[in-house]
Amino acid sequence: MSFINYASREINCKIVYYGPGLCGKTTNLQYIYQKTAPDAKGKMISLATETERTLFFDFLPLALGEIRGFKTRFHLYTVPGQVFYDASRKLILKGVDGVVFVADSQEERTDANCESLDNLRGNLQEQGYDLDKLPYVVQYNKRDLNNILSIEELRRDVNPTNVPEFEACATTGEGVFETLKAVAKLILMDLKKGR
Amino acid sequence: MSTAQMVMYEEEFQKINEIMNRLLKEANAKVIFLVDKNGQLISGVGETERFDTTSLASLTAGNIAATGGLAKLIGEKEFSILFHEGEKDNLHISIVGGRVILVVLFDSRSSLGLVRLRVKKSSEELSTIFEVLLKKAEDKERRGVSDFPFAEITDDDIDSLFS
Ligand SMILES: Nc1nc2c(ncn2[C@@H]2O[C@H](COP(=O)(O)OP(=O)(O)O)[C@@H](O)[C@H]2O)c(=O)[nH]1
Ligand SMILES: [Mg+2]
Repeated sequence: MSFINYASREINCKIVYYGPGLCGKTTNLQYIYQKTAPDAKGKMISLATETERTLFFDFLPLALGEIRGFKTRFHLYTVPGQVFYDASRKLILKGVDGVVFVADSQEERTDANCESLDNLRGNLQEQGYDLDKLPYVVQYNKRDLNNILSIEELRRDVNPTNVPEFEACATTGEGVFETLKAVAKLILMDLKKGR
Repeated sequence: MSTAQMVMYEEEFQKINEIMNRLLKEANAKVIFLVDKNGQLISGVGETERFDTTSLASLTAGNIAATGGLAKLIGEKEFSILFHEGEKDNLHISIVGGRVILVVLFDSRSSLGLVRLRVKKSSEELSTIFEVLLKKAEDKERRGVSDFPFAEITDDDIDSLFS
């Protein structure tokens, strides 16, 4: 959960990118890292296997600026997508303030998308969170490929609750910042309401 | 939300830093960090500028979370102390009040025994402060008071972060 420090005038929030293996979570963070000014970002940490698959998490701290004199930081995490890393995914969800679900638009990834979304819901529930009450957005990634589902089909599968949704191509960066901005906004608005 | 919002105020922040500075001296440590279990740095004292404190905080929390998962698998509640021994520098990591993580980095000018002894005392004091903070947060939550410092935040404020 977010951490507000009145002494150092900082607000820290945790955003988790969730989704099936190879849907483009790490690529989202890499793009954000590349496009962020050096003074606004910390080191990007990837705990990955030798084949570059995320093992535990990727971590990217962003200090984008101030709102009314408070430094506003977002800590971005990705989870490992493969089914057998479920224990790690649960750990990373602890204290989450907002979730981005990255769906792989490719037809053959339909089952993987659905399974991952189910897994997200279940893992959140285990920790006392309700996905429907969290700041939450969906990204349809890999829109540049040919064998992809229509947005309507994807929506039916992974966005039945109609949360804010974004088409993206993480490799070129299309839709990446729109997604981040949308979830950041929901988090800040949620904090403002006071929970 | 399952847990109350974590909020730090000037008064408690000062007390925490006093305790950490004293621990730094008494334990002959190089640097000491206090990290939220979610990976957010609360405070650091000593040679903090030599370290990437944000990464350190995140990895420490990941480490505690992972060993906590291991503990559960073997039927323990958690491992409350972790010790990493390096060639020159060592890390003593402990959980304070079930909620925050205290990281002490020390070299051969100190010893594990000394660090462990001093950490124990400071932990109890820190623990008390975090209980007070938690009470404050729960109180506010119950009364429905928001701790958000800028109730009148606008879309423009958020847009400007990304410009
Ligand atoms: N064509 C295409 N490939 C993508 C896109 N996003 C990610 N990829 C590729 O998909 C693979 C897996 O991406 P990665 O970010 O590691 O997936 P993760 O498992 O979700 O972290 C990599 O080879 C990426 O280059 C996209 O929008 N379009
Ligand atoms: Mg990855």
